[in-house]
Amino acid sequence: MAVLTYREALNRAMCEEMDKDPNIFLMGEEVGHYDGAYKVSQGMLAKYGEKRVIDTPISENGFAGVGIGAAMVGLRPIIEFMTWNFSLVAIDQIINSAAKMNYMSAGQFPIPIVFRGAGGAGGRLAAQHSQSFESWYAHIPGLKVIAPYSPADACGLLKTAIRDNNPTIFIESEVLYGSRGEVPDQEYSIPFGKADIKREGSHITIISWSRALLYVLPAAERLAKEGISVEVLDLRSIRPLDEETIYTSIRKTNRALIVEEGWEVAGFGSQIAYLIQKNSFDYLDAPVERITQEDVPMPYAANLEKASLPSEEKIISKVREMLE
Amino acid sequence: MSQPKTKKDTQDLFELYRQMLLIRRFEEGAAKSYSTGKIGGFCHLYIGQEAVGVGSIAALKEQDYIVSTYRDHGHALARGLDPNALMAELFGKKTGISQGYGGSMHFFDKEKHFMGGHGIVGGHISLAAGIAYASKFKETDAVTICFFGEGAANIGSFHEGMNLAAIWKLPLVMICENNHYAMGTPEYRALSVKDVSVRAGAYDIARDHIEGDEVRKVRDHVNVAVERARRGEGPTLMEISTYRFRGHSMSDPAKYRTKEELDRYKQSDPLLKAKDDLLRSEWKEEELEKLDIDLQTKVEEAIQFADKSEEPPLGWLYKHVYAEDV
Repeated sequence: MAVLTYREALNRAMCEEMDKDPNIFLMGEEVGHYDGAYKVSQGMLAKYGEKRVIDTPISENGFAGVGIGAAMVGLRPIIEFMTWNFSLVAIDQIINSAAKMNYMSAGQFPIPIVFRGAGGAGGRLAAQHSQSFESWYAHIPGLKVIAPYSPADACGLLKTAIRDNNPTIFIESEVLYGSRGEVPDQEYSIPFGKADIKREGSHITIISWSRALLYVLPAAERLAKEGISVEVLDLRSIRPLDEETIYTSIRKTNRALIVEEGWEVAGFGSQIAYLIQKNSFDYLDAPVERITQEDVPMPYAANLEKASLPSEEKIISKVREMLE
Repeated sequence: MSQPKTKKDTQDLFELYRQMLLIRRFEEGAAKSYSTGKIGGFCHLYIGQEAVGVGSIAALKEQDYIVSTYRDHGHALARGLDPNALMAELFGKKTGISQGYGGSMHFFDKEKHFMGGHGIVGGHISLAAGIAYASKFKETDAVTICFFGEGAANIGSFHEGMNLAAIWKLPLVMICENNHYAMGTPEYRALSVKDVSVRAGAYDIARDHIEGDEVRKVRDHVNVAVERARRGEGPTLMEISTYRFRGHSMSDPAKYRTKEELDRYKQSDPLLKAKDDLLRSEWKEEELEKLDIDLQTKVEEAIQFADKSEEPPLGWLYKHVYAEDV
């Protein structure tokens, strides 16, 4: 198996799909001549030309709408937001047009579109460039929301997103772009709605996704040295949600901690916590707990930024507390 | 004095008049059904603006696309969508054009390239640019017409859509139906310009401005823009001035304007103008009367059809939230 970076894995997914289907095109700011703001689309302009790798002016609402309109008549656009922070000016198009078109037209106009780009917190980018929006988009029926952690998942899930006939919100982690991992050499895809058990354990289940696993996995290692056996689930797909894997794990461990990079209030973790208490109540030996970003806009100062995010320490102390 | 025009000379006007009259009678039927509680929600009538939709759509071919607003009944009828299915949609029935999922603001007919009524003011403008973009991508000569009101000309989507259409030379005709009120806000309190089409200059694209009370004039002007788009010469921004005789929606008593103003505009009712022109040619009053009765019957039948149709089954609630998997 080849070792690829997360960004190379995403690039491979787009290229493999574009090779197969001439109706797929990539559109966004700096995707072409600049070769991608985060280099995810590196080399694609040279390979596919200006017809299929299209640079746009700064106008997210406009080009999101253009993508949706093109999808209404049979094209399969991939729309890159340079970062998900800028998607907010396009959120009307995503919610009011993309998510609802199939429903309000009684199935006449499916919207096979992928909205993708860099998301998440960190890098001292401060309040307007450093935030997680999985919960926002997961709130909307008609959208699918995907947030991969590993390069292999990034490739396999993006291929599924491109093939899906529904609008998919594909939130990549800015912090993970350079991370490396083995990616299968043969052609493959990963279905939505299948969580990945990153680590088996018996004392507690930690449910997480995307960059937050960077804190969760080392915390689980350290806890293992204390004799605490942590099962770690990577959801990969926020909507649809793999509820069965969550309940199966809780039947085994009887405890659940949700770790997410987004805010606590009305965050996606609260939905998971609700589902667990509703469907696994009898198996719980402790209240479901959450670790989230602190309830503040992202501060710039390095120490405050760090303090606002989930961390190995916060996870370890919460797990100890839950096992007391 | 020139010779009176023959029926043959004015056959096109008769057909356009027929479409306008169908819209007028359909909307009156919708108003009646709304007042008896058969139609719910928002219901924005097109009465007074008929010449704009009918004239514009008469300039299109079968392969061309139409993107409409929340005031979409007239555009749908002008495109030849089935009045029964449209009325049934207003009634929220399974036989509706969007099977009861859409209602007044969301008529869709894929086969007729009717790409929706859209409820967010101006949000559909970039969608129209996207449909035009796809025509260019697929190297077809289809043109997209996008209707919007003057209220939409101030939203970001309008400006972004115009800029993208301009830089990519998209086959798009943007038609601002200026009826002078964005709900209750008169244009002079909201628009920086007196004529929306002058904004074309900011995007270096073609423009046109006409009064929208003569249906053939509308058709001929829109035709110029459509053919320009078809030749690959890019988008046009048109303003067609018009007036709605009813409030913004059925729930709006329109107290923000005077009776005198309304009466003045009713003098240039596009249906009266077309009718006068027909009567000045060889058409007889009785023939137009018969047409009117036929159309009223057709609308009455649509209401009966809608009323008798079944509601969508409850099992449909979750149908179509997601499209079928590949």
